[in-house]
Amino acid sequence: MRSVTPITQRELSAFFYSPIAYAVLAIFMLTLGVLFMLTTFRPGGDASLRNLVEIMPLVLAIFLPVLTMRLLAEEFRSGTIETLMTAPVNETDVILGKFLGAVLFYLVMLVGLFAFALVVRAFGRIDFGMLLATGIGLFLMGSLYLAVGLFFSACTSNQIIAVVCTIVPLLVFTYLAEWVATEATGAAGLLLHHLSIREHFRDFSRGLVDLNDSIFFITSTVLFLFLAVKVLESRRWR
Amino acid sequence: MINVKNLSKRYGQVVAVDRISFEVNEGEIVGFLGPNGAGKTSTIRILTCYHPATSGSAEIGGYDVFSNSQAVRRLIGYLPESTPLYPEMRVREYLNFRGKLHGLGSADRAGAIEKVTRRCWLSEFIDRPIGQLSKGMRQRVGLADALLHNPRVLVLDEPTIGLDPTQIRETRNLIRELGRDHTILFSSHILSEVEQVCSRIIIIAGGRLIAAGTPDELRRQISADSRLIAEVQGPFAAIRTAVANLGGVDGVEIAESDGWCRLAISSNGSADIRAPLAKLVYDNGWSIRELRRETPTLEDFFVKIIAQQSGAVRT
Repeated sequence: MRSVTPITQRELSAFFYSPIAYAVLAIFMLTLGVLFMLTTFRPGGDASLRNLVEIMPLVLAIFLPVLTMRLLAEEFRSGTIETLMTAPVNETDVILGKFLGAVLFYLVMLVGLFAFALVVRAFGRIDFGMLLATGIGLFLMGSLYLAVGLFFSACTSNQIIAVVCTIVPLLVFTYLAEWVATEATGAAGLLLHHLSIREHFRDFSRGLVDLNDSIFFITSTVLFLFLAVKVLESRRWR
Repeated sequence: MINVKNLSKRYGQVVAVDRISFEVNEGEIVGFLGPNGAGKTSTIRILTCYHPATSGSAEIGGYDVFSNSQAVRRLIGYLPESTPLYPEMRVREYLNFRGKLHGLGSADRAGAIEKVTRRCWLSEFIDRPIGQLSKGMRQRVGLADALLHNPRVLVLDEPTIGLDPTQIRETRNLIRELGRDHTILFSSHILSEVEQVCSRIIIIAGGRLIAAGTPDELRRQISADSRLIAEVQGPFAAIRTAVANLGGVDGVEIAESDGWCRLAISSNGSADIRAPLAKLVYDNGWSIRELRRETPTLEDFFVKIIAQQSGAVRT
């Protein structure tokens, strides 16, 4: 566990050393700004972040994999994984350290999102309770996205493969699952309904912190982190 | 210090390391010599706990590399072959990060970084991004990293590859110097380098251990293959039969050039037939202008091994 902090620090600084962090932040803010203009900031618009938050599952499913694609794939490609894994660290430390680095960066992005709340505040009353619930939901959902991204980054030494392999299932489970669930019937439909990320996020965006949804996000995040650890460990029996 | 027993590593059908056993004692500098693809890196990666062996066992400092890998990792400093580093970090940041991974406290870390950068001539580059450094400089950063936690064992995989001649000499001297405080295992495919630095040499090829010993021991081992070269003037056929019948002679190759017979004589075992040969020439009234023993160098020996191995692979 000792090694988690240095790895987190290194990942965070690596984000800011490379242009990726700035590019992601800038394009993320631009996207939010455009979406904000389109959905909220117009005559008769609803003075809340709700419309913006509604699209966040899609926006994050595209932006967060870009953050995670580098995390392990780049270590494999450049060979630094060899120096890393021959230092006295274990696989869990590496995965947790990198995950926390990505989560901290994601929190910076969320601060950017909530800056729009200040704009809204000039035109109406902000429901801070609802905003907090939304924040918790976004944090949990984003963590899951990052864990999935980290898992796929651990599977390949190619960042492009990592990012594509992450975005596709995220979109499937965020949107397609929900849509199919309404069409399908019986057990399959029910299962897809329970696996739909957007379904679980919806309550949060309405200001409701539901234990079911929280547990869904937390357990699936842990599952993907666990899988990432196992993939990294598999090096030891391959 | 390092104890390897019957170590094998297989990648699917390909056998990279085939039942290798060797030992490295405390304080030794051991050269791990072999042509490219001999299994050096595979063996080293097992020793440094990067990947596990298919069978066999390896211990460093009494700890098994598989079951007690964290203890082994604390004991060794490792410089991988291609010196992988994070290009975006500055040298000091990188060493700081590595020091933290090794659990050095902040005061120890500062002292250790100061010490290793001085030792590896890095002081003036300490605030440069690694990505801007030349290959030789990066190699030094890797070496500084390996030395950072003052490990008892240093494992260096091809530390001089890709360096210019001056840097090679500097690195070689550094390794020799480090040998005073650390047990060192370093791999190379250049014999002369290993011969100059190491107290012992382990030669592997095709995944198998071919020979091991001090340079002198290896030389003695191969001096049995020595040949006698002589140039004698006289009747061709008479010389051939006379020399072939000399006691201790195994075989004679004879060739004539500008009136002289050039003899290449292989003798069995350690028999020295120089004196009998001179006497033979003298008794027959021939003349002689050259008589010398040709002992193969370690280089010849090494080249022969490689040739045999590549021949074996082809057949």
